[in-house]
Amino acid sequence: MDLPVDKVESTRASGPAAEGKRTRTYREALREALAQAMERDSRVFVAGQGVDDPGAVFGTTKGLAERFGRQRVFDTPIAENGITGIMIGAALAGMRPVLVHMRMDFLPMSMDQIVNHAAKWRFMFGGRVNVPLTIRCIIGRGWGAAAQHSQSLQALFVHIPGLKVVMPSTPYDAKGLLLASIADENPVIFVEHRWLFDQSGYVPEEEYVIPIGKGVIRRKGRDATVVAISHMAYEACKAAESLEKDGIDIEIIDPRSLSPLDDELIFDSVKKTGRLIIADTGWKNCGVGAEIAARVASDALGYLKAPIRRIATADTPTPCSFELEKEFYPSSEDIIFTVKELLNKSPLSPQPYRR
Amino acid sequence: MPEETIKSFNVGYLQVLDDEGHADKDLMPELSPGQIKELYELMVLIRAFDDKAFKLQRQGRLGTYLQVKGQEASEVGAAYALKKGDWIFPSGRDVGVLITRGHPMHMLLQYRGGDERGMKAPEGLDNFPITIPVSTHIPICTGAAWASKMRREDVVHMAFFGDGATSRADFHEGLNFAGIFKVPAVFVCENNGYAISLPRARQTAAETLAQKAFAYGFEGIQVDGNDIFAVYSAASRAVAKARKGDGPTLIECVTYRIEGHSTSDDDSRYRTKQEVEEWRKKDPVDRLEKYMKKNKILTDEYKQSVTQKTRDMVEKAVEDYEKVPPPEAADFFANTYAQPTEQLKEQMKEL
Repeated sequence: MDLPVDKVESTRASGPAAEGKRTRTYREALREALAQAMERDSRVFVAGQGVDDPGAVFGTTKGLAERFGRQRVFDTPIAENGITGIMIGAALAGMRPVLVHMRMDFLPMSMDQIVNHAAKWRFMFGGRVNVPLTIRCIIGRGWGAAAQHSQSLQALFVHIPGLKVVMPSTPYDAKGLLLASIADENPVIFVEHRWLFDQSGYVPEEEYVIPIGKGVIRRKGRDATVVAISHMAYEACKAAESLEKDGIDIEIIDPRSLSPLDDELIFDSVKKTGRLIIADTGWKNCGVGAEIAARVASDALGYLKAPIRRIATADTPTPCSFELEKEFYPSSEDIIFTVKELLNKSPLSPQPYRR
Repeated sequence: MPEETIKSFNVGYLQVLDDEGHADKDLMPELSPGQIKELYELMVLIRAFDDKAFKLQRQGRLGTYLQVKGQEASEVGAAYALKKGDWIFPSGRDVGVLITRGHPMHMLLQYRGGDERGMKAPEGLDNFPITIPVSTHIPICTGAAWASKMRREDVVHMAFFGDGATSRADFHEGLNFAGIFKVPAVFVCENNGYAISLPRARQTAAETLAQKAFAYGFEGIQVDGNDIFAVYSAASRAVAKARKGDGPTLIECVTYRIEGHSTSDDDSRYRTKQEVEEWRKKDPVDRLEKYMKKNKILTDEYKQSVTQKTRDMVEKAVEDYEKVPPPEAADFFANTYAQPTEQLKEQMKEL
């Protein structure tokens, strides 16, 4: 599939779209990508719990069953692992399935098929087959979502060779990366954040792909680099506004794709700013931040003027209480605090960071 | 209001050839003498391959190997019912299925010798690679079958697995979906009595494994898995049904693994010699031979020539296997993704 790669990249994740440009919400962007992929390619279909019910997975599949028929857009028996296997089989047989999970927490139930099969069939078949499967899954908080319905498990999948993992934060990227994932010959874990669904931004009507593995600079700056993943890109933008008032100028990098990771973009930024903070939606221990920190320590250590900091959730299950959620999830406040802390530090400073 | 029966099921059992090689004429599937010879030669070839592979393992020339001895009729009979273009999804023991489907024997040895390239079926052969995890290829088979149905292709998909697989969720989830979506698939369960050391009776309280199909809304049948004609008959009916669009079938082949689970297993720890001897009397190759003798399809001369021919074929395969140059490190980088990532290219340089 050859789609044009759009060169237009928003410099900011949040805020109003440029005047006169077509705007869509994140959920509309996802729906448009699915509809366009299905329209053009009869091999594309959408399956998963709730894709053809009135809720339509937070509205992201609304109207697709009516438009393309229930043979191509259908709910499945509750059998996450088995259905994943069935989608792998369909992909091997030449289809391009999009499997949708309303929560990323359902992926642990399909871990065997994803890790032992989707990620390995090409390898074990001596390269004769590919598994062009896209698995959409949703992370993020919401009162009551709690420990089993809100987990940011991206690091688990980034760890697995053979898989790709993307986490779009803007409507523009949501559409471009979903089209890229469907077109990709490899299994892609496509991670969406609930809090992004209502965000709106520039989304071109025509089809385009964002290359998987290419990050984007959301804001140029000179004092510190903040690598901000998924929803954290918004928190970083908020932090930047506040820091600007204090004369601090941060550079925000949204990697968009965690595997493969655009580490060159991060290295270049760190070489310029000398300071690195990674803000992730997941846990700290062995999280994506750890991998990014390790790569920078390995390839750009000499440029660092301060220790690398990770902003992530505490290594505990997600609390259910609304009050505790506020404490649990990192926000722009944490980014502001950490940036200021780093600006006063030397690389060997032993002072511990609070989170 | 009295209780009433709203649904009842009958589980069929099919045997065509008895232990002495007598065939039931009414049940005999349509097979020419030439085809019967072909089936016989395949079974003899698989046995020769199996014996050789075991010896190679003992000599340190092959990795762990799972012997198929005793199950040849189940594997050949089912796979023979397919045509070119149909797909198979074999499990670890199914070298018999793969040989029937034309997978080069030297490549099977290569695979068991620890080289993934041995599973790369040559172009034109729709053999999926052996799946080592138990039952996990069942939903994959269902999905491939469902895709064929969507695309209106004339392709039947056949998955092979053991009795142990029927306890796993993948079996349930795969067959459940297959029933709902009426996919063109045939599920062949080689019930060989043991899941490694766990006897069939401890696998499920169900009297047959075939009956599980009825819960998914399609037919299940039990056959004498050491009777090539029974297996072929049930399989060709199931394949024809799938091809017509009438949905899947579960075939339970009751057979027996004559050797241990693998070259690392000592079966004397969990079953008696006497039990194994009883099953030797039902040997699928002997039984077919008796039939062919009675029906004048097999002469001593022919038998000898088949023995010689298959032995030569196996020796040639061993020779070819041992001539294959070892794989290169680049292979594992090349096949991880459709296109190697930048990071993998870097890591390749570091080797």
